[in-house]
Amino acid sequence: MSNSDSPQKSTGLHIGEAGPGCKKTDPMLIIDHVKKSFGGLTAVDVEHLEIPKNAITALIGPNGAGKTTLFNLLTGFDTPDTGEWEFLGTSLSGVPSYKVAQMGQVRTFQLTKALSLLTVLDNMKLGAKNQVGESIFRALFPRSWRKQDAEIEIKAIELLKRFKLDTKQADFAASLSGGQRKLLEMARALMTDPVLVMLDEPMAGVNPALTQSLLGHVLDLKKEGMTVLFVEHDMHMVRHIADWVVVMAEGKVVAEGPPETVMNEQAVIDAYLGAHQDTDLGVVTGRISIIDQEKDK
Amino acid sequence: MDWGTIINNTLAGLLTPTTIAFALAALGLAMHFGFAGLLNFGIAGFMAIGAYGYAISVLTFGFPWWGGMIVGIIGSILFAILLGVPTLRLRGDYLAIVTIAAAEIVRLLFLTTAFTDVTGSADGLFGYNNSGGFTSANPFPPGSYGWGPWTYNSETLWVLTFGLGVLAVCVWFLWALMRSPWGRVIKGIREDEEAIRALGKNVFAYKLQALIIGGIFGGMGGIIYAAFANVSPGVYVTSITFFIWTSLLLGGAATIWGPVIGAVIFWTLQAFLSNILPELALAGILPVSGTQAATLRFVLVGIGLMLLVIYRPQGIFGDKRELTFVK
Ligand SMILES: Nc1ncnc2c1ncn2[C@@H]1O[C@H](COP(=O)(O)OP(=O)(O)O)[C@@H](O)[C@H]1O
Ligand SMILES: [Mg+2]
Repeated sequence: MSNSDSPQKSTGLHIGEAGPGCKKTDPMLIIDHVKKSFGGLTAVDVEHLEIPKNAITALIGPNGAGKTTLFNLLTGFDTPDTGEWEFLGTSLSGVPSYKVAQMGQVRTFQLTKALSLLTVLDNMKLGAKNQVGESIFRALFPRSWRKQDAEIEIKAIELLKRFKLDTKQADFAASLSGGQRKLLEMARALMTDPVLVMLDEPMAGVNPALTQSLLGHVLDLKKEGMTVLFVEHDMHMVRHIADWVVVMAEGKVVAEGPPETVMNEQAVIDAYLGAHQDTDLGVVTGRISIIDQEKDK
Repeated sequence: MDWGTIINNTLAGLLTPTTIAFALAALGLAMHFGFAGLLNFGIAGFMAIGAYGYAISVLTFGFPWWGGMIVGIIGSILFAILLGVPTLRLRGDYLAIVTIAAAEIVRLLFLTTAFTDVTGSADGLFGYNNSGGFTSANPFPPGSYGWGPWTYNSETLWVLTFGLGVLAVCVWFLWALMRSPWGRVIKGIREDEEAIRALGKNVFAYKLQALIIGGIFGGMGGIIYAAFANVSPGVYVTSITFFIWTSLLLGGAATIWGPVIGAVIFWTLQAFLSNILPELALAGILPVSGTQAATLRFVLVGIGLMLLVIYRPQGIFGDKRELTFVK
């Protein structure tokens, strides 16, 4: 398994000193002055942020820091009050969410969105882009889409095998466990052939055995040339797989850097201890033991 | 009690132009609600527009019958667009509110005396089947056809044949769409439209397409109804919408044949109740008058609908796993 040894970390991602808003050698996403308020509450207020290409970036911060809201803004699921951002050099301000996804920036949701009353296989097939049969006129002529549909099915089954869900392909997604739904949502996102994968708390509610394989899958994405931006509360997990860490608190980016150094910064400790005494969610979820075991090997 | 008449009338209800018309409308609701998850409470409005579109273009504009029917269909498409464009981006409940209101507005517009020359106001419209040439397009020579409760004159037989043909085409159309990747997207939207959007599909466009397809079926239902009876604003009331919902839920919302068979069962049951209840009242078994007994069937429909939703929300033909109202 790819995750049994310590993963290969990407380095040299930033230019100059690491800190909030620092430049990246090869940015995939560039965010400027993005601000979003709900009533009187400023949920997101990001002055400048760059997400490095072909690396795993963790977005951390206490609950309510604005991580999910930032995800929603970047993917077109919500519109900011001000600000612009670009993805691979194309401005995404005002671009509707489905077009953002078509451009290769795919996301998952904090609250898993399995399409419960569709089979696992249909869930997967929905992910594929540019399907001829999804046009209402051509849908009536199976000859125009049968072949493509069969190809999509092969690809879907391969991915399901990788995520150990292939035995479930004929079942309704509703019958999956919480952890399996997270896996399905991630696998389905991969069906879109994304370049940037944004995962909102992919490990939340996943049992330790599955966590292990999820970590492996996230690392595999990077190996395959994708860029990953993920939200996670578990510091051990973040330290284990992230190449870069962005810390948010009260809507702002308060720190940035490689995981080994950023976790010790005063701003980060303040952000967490200010909000939560028990930062170490790893203890609660029992995931520490897995990573410790790995280190012992 | 005259059981012979009761049974005869009930069996006749199995195949009537009304049954076919409501089966079409229920098929439209299956597209809307069963497959796409769109809460349309204005299916009566689609039927009214189909029926009036046909009748008015024949009577006022001198269209041939088939031209009038095409106008009825175009009217339903425009109605779907009019309802869908402002509401489909909003949460699902808004569509429900807008459709129920729009259907009433449509009915009242046809009822108001302001346009009596065109709409016939409360009297409705008639004679268009003759003047538009639908009646004379009848390929069956005059006479009596069929057997027992299913004995028809050539005019009714013509409407039945035409209606069954339209129904068959619509059933095929829905089946062909729902087995395709397009249908997969539609069902996905029913489950969670944000997830579908995150996969790069233009959810708004799909929902509008589904609303239009279902709207066309509803409009066709109105047209078939008008091809048999007169067009009267008293028909397209909100309770008709709920009868169609009952038919749909009875058969199974997320199925192809469910709405058709649901409509057949519903109208057969209606025929049975409207025959037996007054008889029971007359025989002194029910402590109500004859007219009260006739309306009692609508009370029974309401109770039936409630029991259905509680005990068998997936309908007779639905897969228990595929449609439950509580998610
Ligand atoms: N739709 C909304 N309406 C009002 N307030 C919201 C909404 N979405 C998020 N918020 C608020 O914005 C803040 C940031 O939320 P969120 O982005 O979900 O945080 P995180 O994902 O970092 O835990 C919170 O205080 C939250 O209550
Ligand atoms: Mg969140």
